Amino acid sequence: MCLLPLALAAQNDVLKVAPASTVTGKRGEKIQVKTNLQLQNGYHLNSNKPSDPYLIPLRLTWDANTVETVSVEFPAPKMESYAFSEKPLSVFTGDFAITSTVTPKTPGFTVLTGKLRYQACNHNACLPPKTIDIKVPADFR
Amino acid sequence: MGGIGRGIVGCENSWNGPAASAIDILKAKEFYVRLATICTVIAALCLAGCGMAPDTARAAVKAESTRKSAPDFTLKDADGKVVKLSDYKGKVVLLNFWATWCGPCKIEIPWFVEFEQNYRDKGFAVLGVSMDEDGWESVKPYLAANKVNYRVVIGDDMTAQKYGGVESLPTSFIVDQEGRTAVVHIGLVSKKDYKNDIEHLLGISSGKNAAVVPVAPGARGAE
Repeated sequence: MCLLPLALAAQNDVLKVAPASTVTGKRGEKIQVKTNLQLQNGYHLNSNKPSDPYLIPLRLTWDANTVETVSVEFPAPKMESYAFSEKPLSVFTGDFAITSTVTPKTPGFTVLTGKLRYQACNHNACLPPKTIDIKVPADFR
Repeated sequence: MGGIGRGIVGCENSWNGPAASAIDILKAKEFYVRLATICTVIAALCLAGCGMAPDTARAAVKAESTRKSAPDFTLKDADGKVVKLSDYKGKVVLLNFWATWCGPCKIEIPWFVEFEQNYRDKGFAVLGVSMDEDGWESVKPYLAANKVNYRVVIGDDMTAQKYGGVESLPTSFIVDQEGRTAVVHIGLVSKKDYKNDIEHLLGISSGKNAAVVPVAPGARGAE
């Protein structure tokens, strides 16, 4: 009974992706797609450039069938100290956003599909790495 | 208790009447200080009792009558040799689910190296179960770099399911000489906790630290 909160915390998704509004743009033009993320309090994700080569970085990739990815910009990571690490770790916590710049390939209504891969820990345990789908409605002219 | 009763009277006098004396006010303050102290103690006892104390130091050696068989499994070690948990019957086994990407897991590994060295001849073994997706590609270099002296196998979903899913790492089970799960540790716990558990199961006395603490109810997995 008393262990239940930890067990449930482990089972639940600790990262939430905010629903995306429709992006618009013209074929061949650069458009920005913002992915807003909310991480459960007490957890951290390794940044896109983790401090340790064994750590799993945050990654966002877009399906190349609908758009060409120009860049994926992550916010500045926090350098946070944890009891389990001798040196501070490069992490993301709380609410943050990833900004992608893409160019539409074909005109029309479509859905951009991305894959977000992350790995979360709290101060004394880690959850397995996870890859989730990101879907963004798009109207390309 | 009498003090609290007196405090309540003082409290009522202080807050309900305009002619409250300085003594009444002091009595009321004394009452609230005592009340705060009692509440703090009760809260601390509740947290400790529910296993929510810092570092989740909740696990302890279970009474023999409540231990259940640890599920057997067959996995391969770094040399390709088949490893079965049942091969270890007669030994106390620290079965540690971990991964190279798990920071808290890596704190424990030097402790386990030390335990393996100190208790190997006393009927003890550490068995690491790596949950790295890329298997030996990450694990072999890590084991070599950190001079890991105990056996490690690559785990799979089936093995994890047998042990309750192993939804977070590190998760460790200490299996007694009869092949039963005696201890479950979920998340990082202290080296002292592990040492106490191991020494208790091996029958090594280490003074007051060897005391058996009743296990918190609800521990999941292979209990």
